[in-house]
Amino acid sequence: MNAILTIENYAKTFCLHERNKLIPSASHVNLSVYPGKLTALIGPTGAGKSSVLKGVYRTYLPSAGRILFRTAAGEVVDLAQADEHRMLELRKSEIGFVTQFLHCLPRKSALDVVAEPLFARGVATEEARRRAADLLAQLAVPAHLWNVPPATFSGGEKQRVNLARGLIAQPRLLLLDEPTASLDPATTERVVAHLETLKETGIAMLAIFHHPDLVRRLADSVIELSPPVAIVEPVEEIA
Amino acid sequence: MSNKILSVRGLSRIHGEQCPLCISSTGPEHDTNICPHCGSVVAAHDVNFDLYRGEILGIIGESGSGKSSTVKMLYFDETPTAGSATFYDGDAQHDMFALNAAQQRSMRNKRFGMVYQNPHLGLNFQISAGGNIAERLLMSDLKHYGEIRTRAGDLLARTEVARARMDQNPKTFSGGMQQRVQIAKALATQPPLLFLDEVTTGLDLSVQAAILDLILEIQHELGTAMIVVTHDLGVIRLLAGRTLVMKHGRVIESGLTDQILEDPQHAYTQRLVASAL
Repeated sequence: MNAILTIENYAKTFCLHERNKLIPSASHVNLSVYPGKLTALIGPTGAGKSSVLKGVYRTYLPSAGRILFRTAAGEVVDLAQADEHRMLELRKSEIGFVTQFLHCLPRKSALDVVAEPLFARGVATEEARRRAADLLAQLAVPAHLWNVPPATFSGGEKQRVNLARGLIAQPRLLLLDEPTASLDPATTERVVAHLETLKETGIAMLAIFHHPDLVRRLADSVIELSPPVAIVEPVEEIA
Repeated sequence: MSNKILSVRGLSRIHGEQCPLCISSTGPEHDTNICPHCGSVVAAHDVNFDLYRGEILGIIGESGSGKSSTVKMLYFDETPTAGSATFYDGDAQHDMFALNAAQQRSMRNKRFGMVYQNPHLGLNFQISAGGNIAERLLMSDLKHYGEIRTRAGDLLARTEVARARMDQNPKTFSGGMQQRVQIAKALATQPPLLFLDEVTTGLDLSVQAAILDLILEIQHELGTAMIVVTHDLGVIRLLAGRTLVMKHGRVIESGLTDQILEDPQHAYTQRLVASAL
């Protein structure tokens, strides 16, 4: 089977001008992700796991390497180089990202937060809200919270709202950054079951999990990262 | 049909006589936009970008960075000293600065909309709120009094200004309401392209939020492409998919907005992001 995502020699180094410093965050990352399979990134804190996900999503500009993504149309695009408009288009229709924390407007209801990616795709408001409600129910977010902004929710409830928002549009590639970090065991089970269902529908996933147990249960392949070597030399002048 | 609605190349504006050293001795690396040799002000130099249909592009920078000059040139408020802009309107494409004054006026009235930071620039304070909108509708060929009145009322209602206040002078309105009237006026001709110049600056936080929400709703409903000029990181975070960062008349960096905020490349942008409250 063809990989949907192939990362070749990805590296990310931050250049902090004010402090005259180069901070390496990931280096020599190679991996592939396949439709219907989950590739897990493991390694200690600072190994660059999140940095890889953000590089794929282009929240970080990769410093080196290629990030080859096979689109629904069968074209291969290097996400490290892709045009910004192309990137926005792929984010809207093919690549989803669930981060650890929920960032949303404090005045928007949970239902609308979750439905947002569908609004962006032009799904009618009522239909989008109905699908958002279905998903929130599946993830056991109590119905009386749906019309309330998530600001006052517990950590676990926020995380499920966040997850629902990432899953609702059923992207072809899903990037997951510790999506179950603050969930209790019962809710974690629901999320695991949901991710398994999504895998069966052919969604490819690149994920970071806090618990080794989840890696064992969900991952089809595991990539171990180690922290990149620190750059000790002070930098003279960076263009 | 391409997705492009606007293509800007080499857009520049220099106030003053200009000497051969103006460009090489101004910009972020010289920490000024005033030419030390002839005193000319390089308001903007070599601005390039493409805007797609329905897209919101942010331009961020401090006062004097050239961000407002850029949109003012595109709205024909100011004349560029160099560069070009192509407006793609349906199947037609227009070389904007090659048009004559009448054609530019028509494009500005019918195809573009502008919301200024200062409502005095965007509204006529001698006439009612409804009259302001009617003025623009008249310029776009709607002539029937009843129709104009209905449409003006609808637009005010859409921007959450009570219809009952339609016949009042915007002078008597709060700052937030004046901005809403400006937005209603800008939208009157259903333009595919809207310029927003610091539209929430100086407003109360709650009023800012409501105006920004309104802008987002309009973008979802009508698919209007927008260029949003601001010095406020929160505004671009909320509205813009892509962002240009300007300083001393130059675009120093551009990228996806979340990338500009999380992984800024230029020293100035890093400082800007680090200064966020």
